[in-house]
Amino acid sequence: MKRNFLSRYSQLLVPLVAVLLIVVFNLIRDPGFFSIEVTQNNTGNTVLSGNLISILNGASELAVLAMGMTLVTAACGGQDISVGALAAIAGSVFVKVLKSGGEITGLSILLAFLACCAVAVIFGAFNGTLVAVFRIQPMIATLVLYTCGRSVAYWINGGATPTLTSPLITALGGFIPGIPVPTPILLVIVTGILFALTFRFTSLGIYTQSVGVNQRAARLNGINTVGIKLLTFMILGACCAISGVMAVSRLSLINHETILLEIEMDAILAVAIGGNALGGGKFRMSGSIIGAYAIQALTTTLYAMKVPSTAIKAYKALVIILIVVIGSPVVKQAFGRLTARWRAGKGGVQA
Amino acid sequence: MSRDKRIREPMSDTHLLMTITICIFFCMYFLAMAVWGGGFLRWQQVFDMLNNNAALIIVACSLTIVMIGGGIDISVGGVIALVAMSCVVHLNQGGSIFTAALLSLGIGLAFGLVQGYLVAYLEIQPFIITLAGMFFARGMTTIVSLEPQKVAHEGFKTLMNTKVEIPWLGYTAKNGNLIPARMEIGVVVALLIVVLVYFMLRKTRMGRNFYALGGNSQSALMLGINIRRTRMITHLLSSILAGIAGFVFLMHTGAGNATNAAGAEMNAIASSIIGGTLLSGGVGNVIGTFFGVMTLTTIKSIVTVSGLRDPWWQSITTGAMLCFFILLQSVVLSRRSRGKNRKNQREAVK
Amino acid sequence: MEQGTVLTMRGICKSFPGVRALNHVDFSLKKGEIHALMGENGAGKSTLIKVLTGVYSRDEGVIEVEGLSGDVQIRSPQDAQEAGISTVYQEITLCPNLSVAENMFIGRSRGGLVPWKQMENRAGEILSGLGIPARPRQQLGSCSLAVQQMVAIARAVDMECKVLILDEPTSSLDDKEVAMLFGLMRDLKARGVGIIFVTHFLEQVYEVCDRITVLRNGELVGTYETRNLPQVELVSKMMGRELENLSFMEGRKRTGESSSTVFEARDLSSTACPNAFDFHIAKGEVNGFTGLLGSGRSESVRAIFGADRVTGGQTLVDGKPVRIRSPRDAMEQGIAYLPEDRKDDGIIADLSVRDNIILALQVMRGFFHPISDAEAERMAEEFIRTLEIKTASLDTPVRSLSGGNQQKVILARWLLTHPRYLILDEPTRGIDVGTKTEIQKLVLKLADEGMSVTFISSEIEEMLRTCARLIVMRDRRIVGELTGEQLTQESVMRTIAGGESV
Repeated sequence: MKRNFLSRYSQLLVPLVAVLLIVVFNLIRDPGFFSIEVTQNNTGNTVLSGNLISILNGASELAVLAMGMTLVTAACGGQDISVGALAAIAGSVFVKVLKSGGEITGLSILLAFLACCAVAVIFGAFNGTLVAVFRIQPMIATLVLYTCGRSVAYWINGGATPTLTSPLITALGGFIPGIPVPTPILLVIVTGILFALTFRFTSLGIYTQSVGVNQRAARLNGINTVGIKLLTFMILGACCAISGVMAVSRLSLINHETILLEIEMDAILAVAIGGNALGGGKFRMSGSIIGAYAIQALTTTLYAMKVPSTAIKAYKALVIILIVVIGSPVVKQAFGRLTARWRAGKGGVQA
Repeated sequence: MSRDKRIREPMSDTHLLMTITICIFFCMYFLAMAVWGGGFLRWQQVFDMLNNNAALIIVACSLTIVMIGGGIDISVGGVIALVAMSCVVHLNQGGSIFTAALLSLGIGLAFGLVQGYLVAYLEIQPFIITLAGMFFARGMTTIVSLEPQKVAHEGFKTLMNTKVEIPWLGYTAKNGNLIPARMEIGVVVALLIVVLVYFMLRKTRMGRNFYALGGNSQSALMLGINIRRTRMITHLLSSILAGIAGFVFLMHTGAGNATNAAGAEMNAIASSIIGGTLLSGGVGNVIGTFFGVMTLTTIKSIVTVSGLRDPWWQSITTGAMLCFFILLQSVVLSRRSRGKNRKNQREAVK
Repeated sequence: MEQGTVLTMRGICKSFPGVRALNHVDFSLKKGEIHALMGENGAGKSTLIKVLTGVYSRDEGVIEVEGLSGDVQIRSPQDAQEAGISTVYQEITLCPNLSVAENMFIGRSRGGLVPWKQMENRAGEILSGLGIPARPRQQLGSCSLAVQQMVAIARAVDMECKVLILDEPTSSLDDKEVAMLFGLMRDLKARGVGIIFVTHFLEQVYEVCDRITVLRNGELVGTYETRNLPQVELVSKMMGRELENLSFMEGRKRTGESSSTVFEARDLSSTACPNAFDFHIAKGEVNGFTGLLGSGRSESVRAIFGADRVTGGQTLVDGKPVRIRSPRDAMEQGIAYLPEDRKDDGIIADLSVRDNIILALQVMRGFFHPISDAEAERMAEEFIRTLEIKTASLDTPVRSLSGGNQQKVILARWLLTHPRYLILDEPTRGIDVGTKTEIQKLVLKLADEGMSVTFISSEIEEMLRTCARLIVMRDRRIVGELTGEQLTQESVMRTIAGGESV
């Protein structure tokens, strides 16, 4: 039973070790690193603050995108590199709808969110069609939207970078009065619960994995493979809309060029660090989520170490390489052989 | 009799896709000449396109090599930026052009060795490794210098301004002077690389091994090819070419900047794809890639002259063009395989 | 090393985590002999071959090759080639994107440049010399599978090898091509090449082989002269027990209740099966499609199941017309299909045994009605017990099971949907003799319970044992139907071969 448990969760080993290393490193460097304080922010709310909160908060967009990316990776055996651009489009639509509707109310925010969700899902379906119907590799298919997505976002707002001024938007991107936890964290939790419910009440999990592992066999078992691939891209579209809205609300403005820049790379990285094969097939969404937080924890740590923001990428690259090298099958095998030999040697001595 | 057979042999996928691209490029260019005339009628237009894209042509060759081998390399843009910045700093500190060239090759080599080793021998996905490579290169660029730097080295400035003049492709200006077509040194380097890579892919054993590796790596192993070494070489070549591209880039811009060559990797991938290289590996050709770069550039020029001056139109049309090409390739290849099945069936019935 | 021996392997051991795949196996190959390597699945044949070709490294043992002194270290397929050992695998291991000539020469030429002209001329000579219908400049992917297989053999032949390993090369060839291959093998034998021939077809072994080495459970059973080893004895040595008496099945032919037709097809055709055909099956009947490989037997059942795009015709279930355009439609009518190609069409290799078993039922229940973990576990356990599937646990990825057990998993998957009509396309191919018998027995038992079964097999004997009616196909057309007294090996052969249907 124990072995069973281990084999089932061994995939999570790498991301968990990565998080653990970062945590231990920080605790040694600064024992107070993860302390959480209760403070008053400038609007008079009682809120939680501290590095831990900023990690959890800062990784929100990434975590949501990583969830969607996991599904696409599993079903299609490739990655969507247009998520950043798509989130920019979604954010633009969100702002456009709010700007055109007069005063910003809860209802108008909901409508704007639904509108941008719909647009993002349609673009997701476009990507999905290229992949599922025309059998183009996901990376190539989404290169189209990657190339022109941010320009489309710019076009939607007519070449401007409009701002939104409303306490409601501030609350969406920061804190809801009376709740000490940043709203984006709550949104991630809601998204996570939605995914958990989807897996619980539909067969999405086994369908996507079957399609990803062996498409021909899946089809002969009556699975609509085209539909499943399309569905995963549409779900990822919805994830893009959620993270786009989060990013817009944080700053209360949309800047098509900088919003969620290069987040597609981080999202793919989160999936890979989570131990999921980028070639598709079996997946564990929890791994990707942990991966997303590991990436953010790393960034926050580097900031705390006063590494200049522009140079962070270089350090991040080194840590990424370290993590994937540890997770590499070749290294794992070599390590396994080494321990086996060590054990055999020890046994020999005892005998 | 054997000659008859040669003529009847259907084109390979590589050649078919390349031919389509070249045809479309010429159609587009002639259309541009007919509709907008002006600059398009001058050879200088072609040379300008080359001058502005010499570095892109070189990294597109890198991507073609890696993609034929079934991999991907998205670190090339970062390597260009790092090389350009390092060379500027080196030159401004009193280095010579020769040592700067060595430095660019060295940086390329270092990236190639590390990335190649990790991908080929530790079997890590190339996307992740080269993504880390890109992050590292971009980060290092800002560590080398956060501020944009301009080349102050006189010798290098002369090199930058040296142009190959081709009088017979020039045009007569309004005042009656003959203005020869001008081509930068970097273009010569880029064209040389295209020819060399074409030769390598077509004629050398190593080049054919790349195709075998990309076609089916397991088979390649069984056929006695050292697939790890071959895969390593694809990455090595790719990064060295990216290093050269960085130097060529600097010869064109004369300045190092942290955001240099932003998105070059994706442009290079797009060019390779338009030129008929498949990401799945085993199919592709640098001549096609060269025309891929030219096709993308022509579209941008057309957008500019046609009056769509809003900043978003260039990339939207580029995206649309890319979409058109990948759909076309998908349809052509699937029709082809369907045709093949039908033919085999007919043969079986006979 | 003895005189006249090209290859000696002594005391070869190889272990994988938890399994001892080879245990002190000895093997020797003489110059100019064809040596069959026999054994059930999991006996260690492929492991031995892979050790010899450098795909796996051996844990212990010595390999000696004629002309090379001492123990030869073979660490990669390249080393093997250099030692004069060439292999043709069951699956095509060539590159489809390269030309035929390149495939014959890549990975073995010296020097930096590719001499295209010379290479193509030489390839043309070899191909025409062996009578292989391929052109040197043709892209390999545009050739049929059989031709690709022959190109692989041509490559090996040209390598002047001392040892040629043929790992189940005949499983995708038809009789004519097999005969051609055997001609080639005898030719090579005359030139002094030692050939190791791995196959499941007993008749082929007795046709061409000089000696037979039998492995069982990773251990050497023995090496025998073919003429001294009767077929029955060979089988019992492979299985390690006396051959089960199969006569219990005789005389229990399932003709079903002719009055109640469960499924009927009229003028059915699909993209893969362009000639329209009629077909029907009664409740509790076991029938079969037979014919040579490529005769259209698989394509016909795939059309019934909607696996290829259906282009015309009518399907009736219980006499009522129904529309079957996709596997899903067929499943809803209670039809189940176990595909011919287990690896590509059957198993979901990375998923667990449990997920593989419940997959079809899950699809039948629909996207919004997932089977709970507890229920899935119960169902999977039940079938693992009844079909005696050997697996470490429910969570074991199905790819780590042996071929026969994988086949049982797929069978379990379809039985779980309680089909009324079960199509088995080559369920016994490439699996061991013991499991074969079990599956045959199961088919008859299911028919007794009222299920209709269509059974397809390359082995006519097996078909005669289980089927009450045989539909004979040739060149993608139905050319005859045999029942009752007509069901003899001879008449089936005659119908296949093109004599008038009896």
